[in-house]
Amino acid sequence: MGFITQHPVLVVSLVKIAVLLFIVMTALAYLTWLERKVIARIQSRWGPYNVGAHGLLQPLADGLKFLFKEDMTPPTSDRLVYLLAPFLALSLALTAIALIPFGPPSVRVLGQSVFIISDVDIGLLFLLSITSIGVYGVALAGWSSNSKYPLLGGLRSSAQMISYEVSLTISVVGVLLLAGSLSFNEIIEAQRGYWLHFIPRWHVVPQIVGFLCYITAAIAETNRIPFDLPEAETELVAGFHTEYSSFKFAMFFMAEYANMITVSCLATILFFGGWLSPFPDSWTWQIFLPGAGLVLLGAYCAYDTVINMRGIAQIQFLVVTLLALGGGAISLYPPVASVIQGPFWFTTKILAILFFYIWMRGTLPRFRYDQLMSFGWKLLLPVSLANLVITAFVIIWPLLRHG
Amino acid sequence: MSVPIIMFFACALLAVLGAVLLILAREPIHSALALVLVMMSLAVLYLLLGAPFVAAVQIIVYAGAIMVLFVFVIMLLNAGVEERTDFSKIAKWVGVPLGFFLLLVTAVYLLHSSIGTTIATGVGAANQAADTRELSQQLFRQYLFPFEATSILILIAILGALVLARKDE
Repeated sequence: MGFITQHPVLVVSLVKIAVLLFIVMTALAYLTWLERKVIARIQSRWGPYNVGAHGLLQPLADGLKFLFKEDMTPPTSDRLVYLLAPFLALSLALTAIALIPFGPPSVRVLGQSVFIISDVDIGLLFLLSITSIGVYGVALAGWSSNSKYPLLGGLRSSAQMISYEVSLTISVVGVLLLAGSLSFNEIIEAQRGYWLHFIPRWHVVPQIVGFLCYITAAIAETNRIPFDLPEAETELVAGFHTEYSSFKFAMFFMAEYANMITVSCLATILFFGGWLSPFPDSWTWQIFLPGAGLVLLGAYCAYDTVINMRGIAQIQFLVVTLLALGGGAISLYPPVASVIQGPFWFTTKILAILFFYIWMRGTLPRFRYDQLMSFGWKLLLPVSLANLVITAFVIIWPLLRHG
Repeated sequence: MSVPIIMFFACALLAVLGAVLLILAREPIHSALALVLVMMSLAVLYLLLGAPFVAAVQIIVYAGAIMVLFVFVIMLLNAGVEERTDFSKIAKWVGVPLGFFLLLVTAVYLLHSSIGTTIATGVGAANQAADTRELSQQLFRQYLFPFEATSILILIAILGALVLARKDE
């Protein structure tokens, strides 16, 4: 007990970490479900449908399958590094999420901010530093497997991640110049307010070039289509994780999706005002939006349950319906509604960006390797550099004129 | 024992362990990874000293850029296991005592200087005043010339590397 009273920050942080870990893990699982559903819809298929209503239990089934599969280690591999690589990939991907503020710092319990795990002064720099060492997971996996395709995949992805990291970092600096801070909270606060009373002062407006560079580089950083050369199955089997099976493979998989979430969070914070609402504060009814959205979702689920579902799926979907309706009812209660404002907008924006990610995957073909490299170095880097220089010039111009 | 002191000793031990592993490992990749361990522990030590910016830059530049390139090159060249040579006599009879002597001198110096106590008591961690803004103002006002001179030097080095790597035509 003495320890708890002496170090309240430590204890509260541990609780927050545990809760966030649970939420993120669930989100990861259902992100795979969402991706399969959206891709299926784009390709005129059904996607997962049989395990649970609308395939809602599919992530759970996949997780169990990974757990119970045989875990094989190639005898010629470098055992230590082979084991280290997936752990490194996943733990770094999850560490990065700890830096993200999910809501305003003003919501506090026991004097500790609820929605912010660690409020680092130089949050952005730390996030970039963590993503910059994320390459090791992929590179080491490729090398330690001691096999041709993983090595080629590892080499490709290291080269790709190093190349696009440069553009990623430079495209972010424009926002830093506008906000004048490296702290996520201050970057979000800098985007408060409106142009012409209704256009939110999000950085995406003045930094549209920066945003386009960022999202392109981010897709390449997370090894997603159209930049998924490291795991191009037609050329490299499965790239760096060819030799991984069972749960170690699942760890790479989770790391990839965790990185997607991190990158979307960062885009939301830097360019879309983080947890700020897109509507002016004078629109007081907006605090009922999360509840209203959930109730609408519940109503649709109820309709679906009655009309389309039969048998066990009907019962399963009834649970989903009740959850949505109950959540909606709680969210409509004003004190709760005002607290969940921040996280609601943050989640909505992240979901929009994630949907964009999946949409890209369903639409675009894969680049060729030389196209990838020349695109990164000869187009993306110069454009993001030019954006940085112009932004800096626009900011410094009034200072130069007046003195 | 306060948390900073535990962190300090843990990271100092890790740094030394990494440095020793770096020399002893026979596989080049293991050496590179040991060096990454040293860099990361040093970054935490910078954090304890109240210099988060330096810590982040340490990770980005050393662990995230330079060592990644090292690992990349080792992978690309597929460097094999190192071969051991017999230790030279000079290293054995002069180097080892000299090394211990230097260690002793550093330890005695740290005992009597303020740096040692600053780290050990974790005073630095509370003193976060040396923030990024202050650092950059120092860098771009007072030390502008050395800063620019260094960047030109690095540019020259890059150009030199390009010239050396280019094929003769």
